[in-house]
Amino acid sequence: MYTQGLDQADTAAPSPEEEVQLRDAFQARIDAEEKIEPRDWMPEDYRRTLVRQISQHAHSEIVGMLPEGNWLTRAPSLKRKAILLAKVQDEAGHGLYLYSAAETLGTSRQEMLDQLLSGKAKYSSIFNYPTLNWADIGAIGWLVDGAAIMNQIPLCRCSYGPYSRAMVRVCKEESFHQRQGYEIMTVMARGTDEQRQMAQDALNRWWWPSLMMFGPSDGDSAHTAQSMAWKIKRFTNDELRQKFVDVTVPQAHFLGLEIPDPDLALDEETGHWCFGEIDWQEFKQVLSGNGPCNAERLGARRSAHEEGSWVRQALLAHADKQRERSSAHEAA
Amino acid sequence: MQERELPLWEVFIRSRTGLNHRHVGSLHAADAAMAIQNARDLYCRRQEGIGIWVVESAAIHASDPADKDALFDPAEDKIYRHPTFYDVPDGVENI
Amino acid sequence: MTTCDQKDLFTYVLRLGDSGLVLGQRLSEWVGKAPMLEEEMALANMALDMVGQARNFLSYAGEVEGRGRGEDALAMHRDVGSFSNLLLVEQPNRDFAYTMVRQYFYASFAERLFEQLQHSADSRLAGIAAKAVKECRYHARHSGLWLVRLGDGTEESHQRVARALEDLWPYTGELFEMDEVDRRLLEAGVAADVQAMRTEWREALNQVLVEARLPLPSDEIWMHSGGRIGRHSEHLGHLLATMQILPRSYPDANW
Repeated sequence: MYTQGLDQADTAAPSPEEEVQLRDAFQARIDAEEKIEPRDWMPEDYRRTLVRQISQHAHSEIVGMLPEGNWLTRAPSLKRKAILLAKVQDEAGHGLYLYSAAETLGTSRQEMLDQLLSGKAKYSSIFNYPTLNWADIGAIGWLVDGAAIMNQIPLCRCSYGPYSRAMVRVCKEESFHQRQGYEIMTVMARGTDEQRQMAQDALNRWWWPSLMMFGPSDGDSAHTAQSMAWKIKRFTNDELRQKFVDVTVPQAHFLGLEIPDPDLALDEETGHWCFGEIDWQEFKQVLSGNGPCNAERLGARRSAHEEGSWVRQALLAHADKQRERSSAHEAA
Repeated sequence: MQERELPLWEVFIRSRTGLNHRHVGSLHAADAAMAIQNARDLYCRRQEGIGIWVVESAAIHASDPADKDALFDPAEDKIYRHPTFYDVPDGVENI
Repeated sequence: MTTCDQKDLFTYVLRLGDSGLVLGQRLSEWVGKAPMLEEEMALANMALDMVGQARNFLSYAGEVEGRGRGEDALAMHRDVGSFSNLLLVEQPNRDFAYTMVRQYFYASFAERLFEQLQHSADSRLAGIAAKAVKECRYHARHSGLWLVRLGDGTEESHQRVARALEDLWPYTGELFEMDEVDRRLLEAGVAADVQAMRTEWREALNQVLVEARLPLPSDEIWMHSGGRIGRHSEHLGHLLATMQILPRSYPDANW
């Protein structure tokens, strides 16, 4: 998609009155469900919000490869190994689609990666938890991808064209991710005693972090109202979280597993599952870098980047040499 | 030291014979041969393509959205360019 | 239906499966560590291809053997001495240059091997090879492209890839070895004549190395051997320990 490479119109900043007019026209387009495309005029804060959200999303995909990647070499069967490889690879691909979408807003991949590696950028808190047994791979697919899908499906209708198109692709490709996770859980929940224990242990550890994936409560969410008005977001955090709990609880019961929440109860009137209070202190700590694996995850991304430096340098050097050779050849 | 970034390439995929190449996204690569391989590995994992074009993003020139009216609206009233503009008498076929 | 010794056929197919499996396992160690995100995709694709080939060969080997062992029994419940992969593919990843040199050596060989096996008198083998040949052809192209870029890149990349070539070269002799099993199956029209492929493989390599401005390895170097009969380097045991941990720890479990 088009980024800084493309000849951006270098117009002067609009006057305050013009800015108001432009903003009104912009909002009218959004309200009419028109897509905004890269070179269209957009308010600076819309652009900033999108860059922040899309790059965080991309970082989450890339960091999200690590907890599952932890089990790639230990997958218990060749079929599971192939499935997990394909899934983790998809995550790298989705990170790339998303960086590509963010680059259309004039921020380079390098800038975004620098922010990730320096610890400035955020990514989904969920990936800062460890994967300790094979059922964790099942739980991640079932719960984490399940929660991600809830978040992502509305993004397919996001007002920003490149983001919405990237999300259509991501959602289509991810449709197998949750199922493979639930399949692992099913096999383990019906397996040996030890496997059943692993499955319950994984659910115990991943349940609450999955609920946190939807972000702070609506009352505490800084960006929700503006993002909804811009149709970057279509549902609030709490709406999506409730939807997730409602569909997931019966799935856990089907497996004969217990959700680790003593307050969980079905509200017969509304049909919704009421759940206990989320530990927001934990959420904040993990998000600000103090989760069990924050250091490992960033460390892994940094060392991949640093150890790959000589390879990228080689590519550039080779391309330079080839260019020089071909221009020398033309001159001769 | 700030690392030089690998150039950005736009990727176009032909999904089947008989169809146009379609823009699908971008990627980074140092040269065209690598860009094509990267495009294959990124954008064709599920049999999405039978042909790939890559072009350096810097080489693309685009129309300015501000010129939209001047560029595209004048075509609006040229309704005689469309076959539905014309009356064909009843009973005449194959036209 | 081919008329050949089923024990020979088992050995032959198992060797192909083991090499695919071990190389696939090595490539999967790269996930999350690639030098750039685009290459993450490529490495995972190659890993997937190799694991896929391994599954096909190992399932078939199990059928030929006729003792009820499937792909997982063969992959997860054999120890070092029963693995018959090439020594080349068990060599550690070390760095990206090593990985690409190893990949090129193997893929350029496998491409030629499967090209012939497509026409094997054994139709199952021919079918698996027909699919694998395309994959290996692409792997050779991709890794060959990298050898050129690393060899003719910076001083550092040149040194790294030159060193990888030197270190891995002694493992290439084994690719073209043929023992009694190979000879009997070749006679039956089942196996490929790998010995006859060596010159062509070498010429293709030389072409890449010239373009990469890398030195051509000498033919006078002593070559390691033994992987195909279960005599491995120390590296394989560690690879298997990791790969087999779950099925070995919980032998009664299904996954």
